[in-house]
Amino acid sequence: MSRVDPSQVDLATQLAGVELANPVLTASGCAAAGRELHQFFDIALLGAVVTKSVMLHPRAGRPTPRMAETASGMLNSIGLQGPGVDAFCRHDLPWLVERGARAVVSIAGHTIDEYAELARRLRAAGGVTAVEVNISCPNVEHRGEVFSCDPVAAAGVVAAVRRETAPDVPVLAKLSPDVTDIVAVARACVDAGADGLCLINTLLGMAIDTDTMRPVLAAGTGGLSGPAIRPVAVRCVYQVHAALPGVPIVGMGGVVTGVDALELMLAGACAVSVGTATFADSSAPMRILTELRQVLAERGVHRVADIVGAAHRPPGEPAVTEPKRSALPAERRVGRS
Amino acid sequence: MNGRSGPVQVPAEVVAASRAGAYHRLTVAAPAVAVRALPGQFIALAVGGPASALLLRRAFAIHRADPGGPQGGTVEVVYAVRGRGTRWLAQRVAGDSLDVVGPLGRGFTPPPAPLPCTLVGGGYGSAPLFPLAAALRADGCRVDLVLGAASADRLFGAADAEGAADAVRVTTEDGSVGERGRVTDVLPDVLRRSAAGAVYACGPMGMLAAVSALSAAYGVPSQCAVEESMACGIGVCMTCVLPVRGDDGMTRMVRSCVEGPVFPGERVRWDDGGTVPADTVGAGPALRVVAG
Repeated sequence: MSRVDPSQVDLATQLAGVELANPVLTASGCAAAGRELHQFFDIALLGAVVTKSVMLHPRAGRPTPRMAETASGMLNSIGLQGPGVDAFCRHDLPWLVERGARAVVSIAGHTIDEYAELARRLRAAGGVTAVEVNISCPNVEHRGEVFSCDPVAAAGVVAAVRRETAPDVPVLAKLSPDVTDIVAVARACVDAGADGLCLINTLLGMAIDTDTMRPVLAAGTGGLSGPAIRPVAVRCVYQVHAALPGVPIVGMGGVVTGVDALELMLAGACAVSVGTATFADSSAPMRILTELRQVLAERGVHRVADIVGAAHRPPGEPAVTEPKRSALPAERRVGRS
Repeated sequence: MNGRSGPVQVPAEVVAASRAGAYHRLTVAAPAVAVRALPGQFIALAVGGPASALLLRRAFAIHRADPGGPQGGTVEVVYAVRGRGTRWLAQRVAGDSLDVVGPLGRGFTPPPAPLPCTLVGGGYGSAPLFPLAAALRADGCRVDLVLGAASADRLFGAADAEGAADAVRVTTEDGSVGERGRVTDVLPDVLRRSAAGAVYACGPMGMLAAVSALSAAYGVPSQCAVEESMACGIGVCMTCVLPVRGDDGMTRMVRSCVEGPVFPGERVRWDDGGTVPADTVGAGPALRVVAG
């Protein structure tokens, strides 16, 4: 495999009909609405900013402690604290649009009607690149069972959001790994109109303080994220891509380096979100984008789109085929001869 | 993107690391942070090295920010070893490199015109009060410094206090240094004698609650620097929240890293820490949220 000049790597990626300049995104709930990270790097240089899940009304969230550090990970139980969709559309969405950032807006609700209303408000506001449907919320109309754990409930939410969203704006369903058969939930969401999938949300976990002998988090349980869950994310992306090869997947779960991003793309993700890593490194998404360009170049990859799902190819088949020589810039042809 | 007021993320060399009683001092060369820092702001350090299993930053109040000097600008913090992250930090030596983000948060607001100011520090909470004392005195304010701790080894800065303030009171709960008791035992006397017009405090939450209440009882506004556990320090993780009343009188769960760490004492709902009071904006029926 010949080395490629990193600056020549084509990072453009297609996400359900939307072209993104590169495949590195923020992860919902780990970048607020972009303002804070913009102090450290230009957020418009990312593939997209995925905003913190917004709800219909302002929400105070959960009591503290909301966070516990665990081995190569963390637990959180924020409880979707946020200003509500109207404040979001007034203050946050226009700010992202003015900066030239692509805004993937994550929404969360407790009933199908709430999700539908959120989608209507976003459609009215405009400026949304894609809608991410966070279905890891309890369904108050169904004994509080989490939407993402039931293919029928998940499909109901996705269908409602798809109906209320502009046809040219993709709807992405964000799935929980805490299910027996993630492919079944993925298939139900796609059949209900999801244009793409986001894999994975946090895993439900718990930590107990061995001094106080009580749970660390005020809520008891919390969502586990960080490198500790990356193998679960790789497995989920791989399984879903194998079953639904035509469905675009945004991969996420413990991405800390460019190599981690590459791993999820090899499993089948056409874009990758950076979440918990941003807490440790304020410029992580931009660093990972730079590293991804480098690791692709080192592996002779000219176009990132070529390696999406490459781990699924039969044994022995090359991952990257050399492009025709005439496709290369003149100076590279000289350099290689 | 970076105004002179915004934070920066920089690799910083450790210039000095030493013990200070029960605590540790750490000085890093970070000119871009030093030149921006204001009293009461903090820095957030990555811990454990590049392959660390510890993902979250550790936040420390700035004890000293020296924009000049032979290293071209240094920042000093004081901390207690509490877990694996701070234990790792305590093993750093001069020449090691650390990833520093700062300065972060809203610091102390000086009075609009010179006033007698009382500064109250509990344990190593006194660390950020020293640059504040220097700034206030430079502005022409009289500064009374009250330092307290459980015992002598948990006092921080007592040796430097005389030179930093116009008058100093020291309390320890075991009476090993200064007056036996708590800072709040001597605070009324200090407020009366100095005719204090402003109180600034940093220390454990219980101390801050008591100082805030006492100050209010004497009609003196207080500014309190809180210490909440944080994951990011920059305002994106939403873990360091506490209930605070806004200008409109409404209570909101606000981030101590960006709206704080310094809050007007009378605005913080000290008795409701660790809860979401029922009258908080957006407080609703308890619903289980699996992720987010």
